[in-house]
Amino acid sequence: MATLGSAGVPLESAMATAASVSPAATRTARHSLLVRVTHWIITLCFFALLITGSEILISHPRFYWGETGHDLTPTLFRIPIPASRRLVPTGYGYTLPDQNGWSRALHFQAAWVVVLTGLLYGIYGLFSGHFQKNLLPRKPDFSWRGISADIGRHLRFARPTDADARSYNLLQRFTYLFVIFMLFPLVIWTGLAMSPAFTSAFPATVTLLGGRQTARTLHFFVSVALLLFLIVHVVMIFVAGFGHRMRAMIMGRASSRMEDV
Amino acid sequence: MNKITRRKLFVGGLATAAGATGIGVAARLAQKYGLVPPDHGGIYGPGETLTYAAQRLLTRHSMAREFPRSAISARPFPNEVEAPSETFKRLQAGKFVDWRLTIDGLVDRPGSFSIDQLRSYPSHSQITELACEEGWSYIAEWVGVRLSHVLSTVGVHPQARYVVYFSMEPDTWESIDMADAMHPQTFLTYGMNGDELPVAHGGPLRLRVPRQLGYKNVKFITHLTVTDSMKRFGKGLGGINPEFGYAWYAGL
Repeated sequence: MATLGSAGVPLESAMATAASVSPAATRTARHSLLVRVTHWIITLCFFALLITGSEILISHPRFYWGETGHDLTPTLFRIPIPASRRLVPTGYGYTLPDQNGWSRALHFQAAWVVVLTGLLYGIYGLFSGHFQKNLLPRKPDFSWRGISADIGRHLRFARPTDADARSYNLLQRFTYLFVIFMLFPLVIWTGLAMSPAFTSAFPATVTLLGGRQTARTLHFFVSVALLLFLIVHVVMIFVAGFGHRMRAMIMGRASSRMEDV
Repeated sequence: MNKITRRKLFVGGLATAAGATGIGVAARLAQKYGLVPPDHGGIYGPGETLTYAAQRLLTRHSMAREFPRSAISARPFPNEVEAPSETFKRLQAGKFVDWRLTIDGLVDRPGSFSIDQLRSYPSHSQITELACEEGWSYIAEWVGVRLSHVLSTVGVHPQARYVVYFSMEPDTWESIDMADAMHPQTFLTYGMNGDELPVAHGGPLRLRVPRQLGYKNVKFITHLTVTDSMKRFGKGLGGINPEFGYAWYAGL
């Protein structure tokens, strides 16, 4: 039990393992049911948001800074792709099919599910101790030595240890905290800051950002950051062992690498 | 595997029953307080309904952001309009003196108004942003008469729920709920940036509803109908854009 405790396994799950006296004593509870369910709901929604967001972007692949911007004004930057609308000066002689109607509908519906699921996860995380136990950096790790050791292990693509299979390491904790408490709130904020109705009730949500077009540009950048996170996240799952990590996020059990090769 | 205990089963069943009842009650309340949009059906209906209900609870009386005169865009972008019809060209040649806005439906005094008549009503201006669902936007000064003023002169029946507006452009129509119709920034617009409303921007008459996206701001308005139900109009979705998959409520 002492070794499990030091690996940061939640106390109740360690007790559950002990109590069940299962033959696979090294199998420990990894992700709670609520974390797993919300994880996969948000995964599904994220793909929907990514695809529909790209479709919406195609209708006007130009970005601006400040309050306003359109086909006749200079851009901050533009994405060199054809557009789904005829008047956009893209340099291409053709337009792509317009998919904005269903894309916008699905984008907002998926955003609703993300917001509601995120709220549920947030409330659970606060009251169950999930944030404190699994996401806040553990005190012993939280030193320059701990951080540099962890970065070094990542840079060498070191195979994950058994401790990694049961609990998040320091870089994971920083990344997840950043994604959950920075990128997700920001992407929701910048999205709402584009709504003429929402900003009529809460004008500060757009004026603080510096205008509607700035909000749109930031929404794009935050989405790109979330996409980069997704790519790294999936790559790391393969590095760490796809089967083990997927089993942990689907079935909820961690297993040590040695026992089920 | 976890064994499903009797207690878990009981708690789970109770939660499911409470959830289902809760959704049922919420749906009844939403219907009663006018929080359900005409396009609430279909696979995206839940999202549309949540958005519309949330906006109606949060933004019923809020005002669209207004800007200083210095913020007015140098070149407002007119977007595409269809080639004008022969009727439109004839009206334009006559400086739109024969343009008529007819109002009917659930009103006491149906009637028809010339642009000059509309100009004789109290004139208001707003410097607001027009944002297109594509992503672009510009700021302009819009001058017109409040739709609420015109509606009060014809006398709207208490059971009215929507104002449907039709363009001279064929098959171009939209609708707004009474909260937006009576909103002080919802204009029948005839002026823009110190001049008459240009034809490219919907002149002589455009409905301006600044808390919603560009496609709800229909150009070349000729006809308003006040109604208590959208069922009799087109496919019953509340506008031509919803029939092409766009949201009826375009505040987002």
